[in-house]
Amino acid sequence: MEFKATELRLGLPGTEEKENKIMNLSVKNNKRQLPQTSEESVSISKVSNDQQVESSSAAPPSKAKIVGWPPIRSYRKNSLQEAEVGGIFVKVSMDGAPYLRKIDLRIYGGYPELLKALETMFKLTIGEYSEREGYKGSEYAPTYEDKDGDWMLVGDVPWDTFYFICSMFATSCKRLRIMKGAEARGLGCGV
Amino acid sequence: MDHSFPQKVLEHLFSFIDSNKDRNAISLVSKSWYEIERRSRKKIFIGNCYAVSPTTVIKRFPELRSITLKGKPHFADFNLVPDGWGGYVYTWIEAMAVSVPLLEEIRLKRMVVTDESLELIAKSFKNFKVLVLISCEGFSTDGLEAIASNCRNLKELNLQESEVEDLSGDWLCYFPDSYTSLVSLNISCLNNEVNLSALEALLGRCPNLQTLCLNHAVPLDKLPSLLSQCPQLVELGTGVYSTEEMHPDVLSSLITAFSGCKQLKSLSGFWNVLPSYLPALYPICSRLTSLNLSYAIIQSSDIVKLIGQCPNLLRLWVLDYIEDVGLEAVAASCKDLQELRVFPSDPSCLELNNALTERGLVSVFKGCPKLQSVLYFCRQMSNAALSAIAQIRPNLTRFRLCILEPHTPDYLTLQPLDSGFGAIVEHCKDLQRLSLSGLLTDRVFEYIGTHAKKLEMLSVAFAGDSDLGLHYVLSGCENLRKLEIRDCPFGDEALLANAAKLETMRSLWMSSCSVSYGACKLLGQKMPKLNVEVIDESGPPDSRPDSCPVEKLYIYRSIAGPRLDMPGFVWTMGDDSSRKLELDVAGVEAQFRNL
Repeated sequence: MEFKATELRLGLPGTEEKENKIMNLSVKNNKRQLPQTSEESVSISKVSNDQQVESSSAAPPSKAKIVGWPPIRSYRKNSLQEAEVGGIFVKVSMDGAPYLRKIDLRIYGGYPELLKALETMFKLTIGEYSEREGYKGSEYAPTYEDKDGDWMLVGDVPWDTFYFICSMFATSCKRLRIMKGAEARGLGCGV
Repeated sequence: MDHSFPQKVLEHLFSFIDSNKDRNAISLVSKSWYEIERRSRKKIFIGNCYAVSPTTVIKRFPELRSITLKGKPHFADFNLVPDGWGGYVYTWIEAMAVSVPLLEEIRLKRMVVTDESLELIAKSFKNFKVLVLISCEGFSTDGLEAIASNCRNLKELNLQESEVEDLSGDWLCYFPDSYTSLVSLNISCLNNEVNLSALEALLGRCPNLQTLCLNHAVPLDKLPSLLSQCPQLVELGTGVYSTEEMHPDVLSSLITAFSGCKQLKSLSGFWNVLPSYLPALYPICSRLTSLNLSYAIIQSSDIVKLIGQCPNLLRLWVLDYIEDVGLEAVAASCKDLQELRVFPSDPSCLELNNALTERGLVSVFKGCPKLQSVLYFCRQMSNAALSAIAQIRPNLTRFRLCILEPHTPDYLTLQPLDSGFGAIVEHCKDLQRLSLSGLLTDRVFEYIGTHAKKLEMLSVAFAGDSDLGLHYVLSGCENLRKLEIRDCPFGDEALLANAAKLETMRSLWMSSCSVSYGACKLLGQKMPKLNVEVIDESGPPDSRPDSCPVEKLYIYRSIAGPRLDMPGFVWTMGDDSSRKLELDVAGVEAQFRNL
């Protein structure tokens, strides 16, 4: 049997696509502007649109849906969607971690609680946010995707605004991404 | 005539025999036993409503009091059976309304039930006690009004997972004030609010109520007052398990209410959970034998805190938020666990979510010696894990594994999962139900055919290489009753070679396989006791060459002949084309009657 046939990859067998080693993939093909190196100056709150760089993870083509697969009753699928109504669910990924977490923002009263929860969930230290320096001192920077698809540092806007932004997108689960290393530093740099 | 025992004595003896299997066996002993048995049988189970006609059943069992009917094939659950396929219960109700006025119980699964049917039930059976509609559809709350108004002796109304047109929550008000006999009420599938004061009053006047499953529209702050009306509850399905903001007084009234339910053993519901309300359950956890958290979006740590206090759990349903670490906690705490189901929280998610892997499953098997029924959705599996499971737990009776991505091989060796599943069927000699997934060749079917001698139901998807796979199963699995297959390269040869086997089974479903129209016709002609139904939404199959594969195929044994209520996209393969025309006309007529 050809090795390729047993190769673990995303998508239906027989479809050709780029191999994906990075775990935090976006299905939606959103434009994500990420700072390429930490030298590049970025505004404290937003990565400039000029810096369209190739994202380090190639988004795979959206998968053709197979009817009736996986075998889950529509009742259950609908109920899970119902269950999400009222909650403000956000998917959290961390660079390098092979798993995602789904959290309900309603549980947290503000940024300190949220950050503490993230620290516990992913076993890391994010530290405290400062307007000038972001999460300086930490290897990690929690970011979120705003309505324009740009990655913003968590903490830039008041909690209520952040909460509101996340609750606005009722149809799709918002994303939180804990960036690591150079990317994190690039985003968190002072003006 | 059997002279050794007088008829009355035999009748008396048979009255102690309840199970359908045993009664069926008794009826085969001799003609006189057949006669005595049939005149005294009260309960009948019909696994396929098209296998026999209502008149035949009623004629054979004049003392019928309880009937269970199943309609659509199992894969209808996953939208593989087009709407309008069939499974209408009306003709059964109509026949029984006339000839079985003392009918007490109707249990239906995957059938189409209209308001008309419910109204007919309500007015025809004076002693009607039990109505269970599982995964049914076609009715509205209007039909429920009729049931509530008329069925004075109703004990059970269970609408589990049915699709109900929810026109008004006031149907509950139609239970008269004099009505007090409710024992079990499951309305969890309803979408809209029910009249809560009517519900509360109903609960208050039914002292025998044991099961109450609410729908998600029942707010959490109403739960304590509802529970106070029925503290004798054994089984509870909550409504929504959160409030906009956490209220300490709601929490304390919940704690009081739950503590008051001293018999409560089973919990479900938990739509939209606010974790801060979970501690309300702690006082009753030690008594719980069944816990369904499969709609609850809560983190592993919260689940673990709860389950750690449930040492007597027999049944656990949960989402994959539990993760491996949570399953290890289950393995440590729930030593009596018999059934585990882990559902995927985000089935369409392409991102790997590897906090739940095969390791969690293995740890539960290791820790729970009585675990015999498992449904597990995950993203990775290995032959090593499956073999380990097979050897740890040979008493496994139901094993359904769903690796989310089709054709996924053993993630460690990149080999097919043939040997893993092979180990399962080899060691688990009492295995009754099996669902396969992952990368599988014909070899796995060889193992199944060789070893799975007690297997009754097999589900297969995206597996196998050739007809040999199907042949192994059909020729080897002696006790096979239901076989359902999708997207496998199985074709004509194995099917035709094993035609006789199909008469020993309840049904065979094959979709997106390689069975040709010609083979279906041949099968239909050769096997008059089988209904060979071709489902094809792309148009009449005889407008294409005989060699073209059919979209979907459903074959089942029947003594009722071809059914008369087929929609336009279903064709029965028979031996006579003019007869087909007759059936077509009758089918259209029947469809109009059922609307």
